[in-house]
Amino acid sequence: MRGQEAREQAGRKALMATLAHAAADEISRLWNEAGLPSEAELLRGPETGLVTVRGRIGGDGAPFNVGEATVTRATVRLPSGQVGHSYALGRDKAKARLTAIADALWQDPAHRETVETKLVAPLRAALDAAREKSRVETAATKVDFFTMVRGED
Amino acid sequence: MYVAVKGGEAAIANAHRLLADRRRGDRAVPALRLDQIVEQLALGVDRVMSEGSLYDRELAALAVVQARGDMIEAIFLVRAYRTTLPRFGYTNPVDTGAMQVERRISATYKDLPGGQVLGPTFDYTHRLLDPELAAGAEVETPAQRPVDAEAMPRVSAILAHEGLIEADGEMPLDHVPGDITREPLQFPMARDIRLQALSRGDEGFLLALGYSTQRGYARNHPFVGEIRIGEVELELDVPELPFAVPLGSIRVTECQMVNQFKGSAKAPPQFTRGYGLVFGQSERKAMAMALCDRALRASELGEDVVAAAQDEEFVISHSDNVQATGFVEHLKLPHYVDFQAELGLVRRMRAEYEARENEDRAAEEKREAAE
Repeated sequence: MRGQEAREQAGRKALMATLAHAAADEISRLWNEAGLPSEAELLRGPETGLVTVRGRIGGDGAPFNVGEATVTRATVRLPSGQVGHSYALGRDKAKARLTAIADALWQDPAHRETVETKLVAPLRAALDAAREKSRVETAATKVDFFTMVRGED
Repeated sequence: MYVAVKGGEAAIANAHRLLADRRRGDRAVPALRLDQIVEQLALGVDRVMSEGSLYDRELAALAVVQARGDMIEAIFLVRAYRTTLPRFGYTNPVDTGAMQVERRISATYKDLPGGQVLGPTFDYTHRLLDPELAAGAEVETPAQRPVDAEAMPRVSAILAHEGLIEADGEMPLDHVPGDITREPLQFPMARDIRLQALSRGDEGFLLALGYSTQRGYARNHPFVGEIRIGEVELELDVPELPFAVPLGSIRVTECQMVNQFKGSAKAPPQFTRGYGLVFGQSERKAMAMALCDRALRASELGEDVVAAAQDEEFVISHSDNVQATGFVEHLKLPHYVDFQAELGLVRRMRAEYEARENEDRAAEEKREAAE
């Protein structure tokens, strides 16, 4: 049961991470294509606020505050009772509402599969592709040092 | 006698209307869109986010265009906006070691694990203006190369093995990071609070101070151990979820400055460190921050405080360009009453001075006449 619960939480966190990174119009396009329901009662928000970003001295030392970032969040309840939350950088309230519904639908066994395959999988693939593109472009600027042999021997 | 004057409302309203017109400029030229500023003036946007202390590209772009490109005005706008929002909490500290790296260089180690990647840098350009850019030429797509699977540990972790470099800055375990947005500045201050102030500090001011240390005002023998730029993930602990909620990623620049140190009564000879971490791609600022961080550790390391860059109260009190511009620019606001008072005072002093002069002259003439 412990392992089951941990897997459940990891899956939900991965869902929220993918949704946080995704663009709002892409989410709503896939949403419509998948025919996911979007009725839900708003329990909180959508509301925009700040989080204070922390770093660590020297990279791995004591924490310090770097500065703020805008974050928008929402909490919804589905007609079937599941409560979903969303948090993401930025100020997009429509995205906050929709991603909170996605989180709630994911908790509903009747919808999880659709959310995973029709919404999260394509978003994750796009995110991975964008990251891979950035990585290979960065890798092309890697310095290959070579040493010039000088002198007689 | 001076009586308070009212008025100027119409002039102010028309001045702002004129400002809006001049900001827009020639209507025959297309208006800038925010996405154009975000995409094509990205480093200007980054500076506004860093010194405005608010990570939000679109808002920073809006501030830039609203301020007609005046960066400090844009930073001021962003700072003002921040105060209107509630705060949800403090993120977990970002892990720069797990960064999706877009640039990573070291001036101390040629062959460090993960290698040196230049990324989108101005370094090694010839600094020649490009007429093709002015003509709107298309640009090539970037080159690509398969990625080595090698990890990129922070250089400080690599250097640590001999014990010749100090550890990452630690604080007592029960230390809660200070927050200058919540508590007024107090001196002396802990290093974590200084770093928060430096991270939002004015790039030009910190650059000049960092430069001053290189020129001999608190020389501290710096090397760039590492600069890395890239995206780090943000996570926030919230009561409603049993795990830290992912928020997405932000781009940051980190600078690890490594400083040769001959030792003092307080610390043995070793490499000491200065740290810089700022929002966006902002290498100059991160380097300047790291130089200032190191200089400001003078007392901690038993060095004599002899230069401006080592003077915590001087540096931190003057590093915030919104405060600085507020106090300098307030001088142009009406000071009529103050000035009337000063004018009265100067008139009286001048009259007294002249009376004294006249007395002295009369006495002198009298003396000469007597001789």
